[in-house]
Amino acid sequence: MSDDLYELGDPIADGKVPAGPIEDRWTTRKFEAKQINPANKRKKKIIIIGTGLAGGSAGATLGEAGYHVQQFCFQDSPRRAHSIAAQGGINAAKNYRNDGDSVYRLFYETVKGGDFRSRESNVYRLADISRNIIDQCVAQGVPFAREYGGLLDNRSFGGTQVSRTFYARGQTGQQLLLGAYQALMRQVEAGNVELFPRHEMLDLIMEDGRARGVVVRNLINGEVKNYTADAVVLASGGYGNVYFLSTNAMGSNVTASWRAHRHGALFANPCYTQIHPTCIPVSGDHQSKLTLMSESLRNDGRVWVPKKAKDERRPADIPEDERDYYLERIYPSFGNLVPRDIASRAAKNVCDEGRGVGPGGLGVYLDFSDAIGRLGRDKVEAKYGNLFEMYERITGENPYDTPMRIYPAVHYTMGGLWVDYDLESTVPGLFVIGEANFSDHGANRLGASALMQGLADGYFVLPATINDYIAKNALPPVADTAIAEAQERVNGRIDKLLSIDGDRSVDSFHRELGHIMWEYCGMERTEEGLRKALELIPALREEFWKRVKVTGKGEELNQQLEKAGRVADFLELGELMVIDALHRAESCGGHFRAESQDEEGEAKRDDDAFGYVAAWGWSGEGAKPVLHKETLNFEYVKPTQRSYK
Amino acid sequence: MKLTLRVWRQSDPQDKGKMVEYKLDDISPDASFLEMLDVLNEKLIADGSEPVAFDHDCREGICGMCSLVINGTPHGPERNTTTCQLHMRKFKDGEVIDVEPWRAKAFPVVKDLVVDRSAFDRIIQSGGYITAPTGTAPEAHSTPVPKPDADAAFEAAECIGCGACVAACPNGSAALFLGAKITHLGLMPQGQPERWDRAVSMLDTHDDEGFGGCTNTGECTVACPKGIGLDVIGRLNGDYLKASAGGKKK
Repeated sequence: MSDDLYELGDPIADGKVPAGPIEDRWTTRKFEAKQINPANKRKKKIIIIGTGLAGGSAGATLGEAGYHVQQFCFQDSPRRAHSIAAQGGINAAKNYRNDGDSVYRLFYETVKGGDFRSRESNVYRLADISRNIIDQCVAQGVPFAREYGGLLDNRSFGGTQVSRTFYARGQTGQQLLLGAYQALMRQVEAGNVELFPRHEMLDLIMEDGRARGVVVRNLINGEVKNYTADAVVLASGGYGNVYFLSTNAMGSNVTASWRAHRHGALFANPCYTQIHPTCIPVSGDHQSKLTLMSESLRNDGRVWVPKKAKDERRPADIPEDERDYYLERIYPSFGNLVPRDIASRAAKNVCDEGRGVGPGGLGVYLDFSDAIGRLGRDKVEAKYGNLFEMYERITGENPYDTPMRIYPAVHYTMGGLWVDYDLESTVPGLFVIGEANFSDHGANRLGASALMQGLADGYFVLPATINDYIAKNALPPVADTAIAEAQERVNGRIDKLLSIDGDRSVDSFHRELGHIMWEYCGMERTEEGLRKALELIPALREEFWKRVKVTGKGEELNQQLEKAGRVADFLELGELMVIDALHRAESCGGHFRAESQDEEGEAKRDDDAFGYVAAWGWSGEGAKPVLHKETLNFEYVKPTQRSYK
Repeated sequence: MKLTLRVWRQSDPQDKGKMVEYKLDDISPDASFLEMLDVLNEKLIADGSEPVAFDHDCREGICGMCSLVINGTPHGPERNTTTCQLHMRKFKDGEVIDVEPWRAKAFPVVKDLVVDRSAFDRIIQSGGYITAPTGTAPEAHSTPVPKPDADAAFEAAECIGCGACVAACPNGSAALFLGAKITHLGLMPQGQPERWDRAVSMLDTHDDEGFGGCTNTGECTVACPKGIGLDVIGRLNGDYLKASAGGKKK
């Protein structure tokens, strides 16, 4: 297949992971990293794109360390970053429940949950640092849930049997983000961080193969400006909006990552998309996005569908023995708490059998009547009240009286720019943190691990490694020509988008791309479908550049122009996702290839053929991407068939 | 549903601005208010006109970016609801709906329905945090927090910084926003050392930014999509007074 879709490039080494026992590697790396003395840090400039959990915590920490940080976000305030919407919680191996949890167990479960497609050394470090994150956030005043003794409360989450998840009702992401945001604001006041809200990065400034700055557009007045630095950090989040309908915020996009990819940053595992099992089903074609409900609901809610297909009775009228609690039936030891990929596919399967509920049969029940009976309505309300309220607001149904309806939706992307152990991409001087990188979740992210990774990268990992790069490299002032070239690229692209003046709106293209992606590169993929998508996407892209209509001018607040640039990048990324999904002829985690399943319909991995990270290189518009493989070695957690039965 | 919208159009901060009428039919009652505006914009683009600029992002009621004064009320008629979570089923078929930006001296209009709320960031910069250096925090369980305090702190911390309180206030005061942060941080043991300085410096910044004084009209708490109560303003006033009496006032 390599002939028709891609070229095979050189393999890549597992960059910069120190040798030795896994529990010592991070200590070793930190010790070996070159330091910069505090007086010199003030003269060093770092640019950060994005202000979510990863970017916000990195900006606060690097500012505090004494660097001169310039930080950009497209929202009107750093506090709006989409991390704020994370509901459920953050994992940490504190073992406060005395239930046998440990760093090693969190490490083990994360590697296994990611279906053995992540890098052991990174995951171990993540599990280890998780404990410091909680300490950090508590010190900042993050109001985590507490018990009557004043100590922190915990709950359990999908894919795990211990209670290691710290939470703040159903708004954990909001509280963690506000913690990072406040720490960042403190650095702004101290003069260490310069903040640029309503600015969007549109290109990288490159010199001698290094990332030396960015070109941004001021979204208020359209001014295109450049900023240079010693290093650039992308903390710009995931690319789930390629599907149009997803749980991502409307502005979430891939542009910063994609521009970097076009300058040589490898894009790893783009096909790994997490479909989240507990979203509110689609209600109509006006819909602009999907709303997720925390999967912590699965702790107490029981998932079921009628046993009989096309059963249109109200849920209350369906007697107990005519209900199929299918997760509890198929996966008795994990039940409703199976990992996200398993829960999502199981929902799809029962709906495919015609047993789905609600409009169009695309939904399953999440029923709290047992929990309300067992705990009482007050306890259920204390735990999940805001989620219930949100559900009622959106659907007009009261979940205390009737079961919620849920269906899977695109939520998180495990793929992203390839980074080494230092979180540096294949473009020297370009670091990538949080959801924007590919590193820690493998083919499937466990619940409550995204917040953990964002904060681990921003508060602890990046600040310990970026010194080393800046200290080791002479970084002279950037030549005017390099800046001018980058600026030229950005202006040219804006002019092009504005000059087409076609007859189709940006959104209409985005919606169409989303349909293609969901249909052929969604919860289940087949070779035939993926090949079909490879015919449709390039044609759509061609049409976009001929027929898109972008109203208004460049020199003003122009939301259509903003969207158009992002959709143009999604149209290129979508094709790469499909190529990646097509080449990976195995099932793993969020990537389920129908051709690769066992007799019971469970995903069948092929470690011998695909036990690697697929890192794709850009080779020009219309040219075949180049596949570089990073072989994954498992010294500690031996790959086994994942079983949750 | 059929609707008549009267929308505030203003091309830039210098423009005088005016209400412009648009007719829509075939709006789904299940659409959110912002999705209804998406439909309007698609129609405007198809007609070759400029779409309406408005702020929004998460569309889940948590990021605080959506705004809009709808029929004279910030975030519309439904209590405890952001604009993105307001659904068209709450309106009547054939209704005439006015849509305007936040109106407040400290929130200048940028374009159409978009306003500049960066004054809120500057209030937080002046003390809305706990000084905790990264990487060296004490073990989390070494600082117990009584559950009632933790719960009350959390409820104040739910403020999404949308600015509806300011838009609703006849004086354009941000006392509810300010009080929410003062209450959140002031209720926790970690927030005690800076408590008095925080109250003084945040309130000073609030005044410098052009927000008005609080005269307890209570409109803010009615408009707040997160149901933040007036008690947070009581705490703000209490802390400010104590700080002033203690000679902390600059």
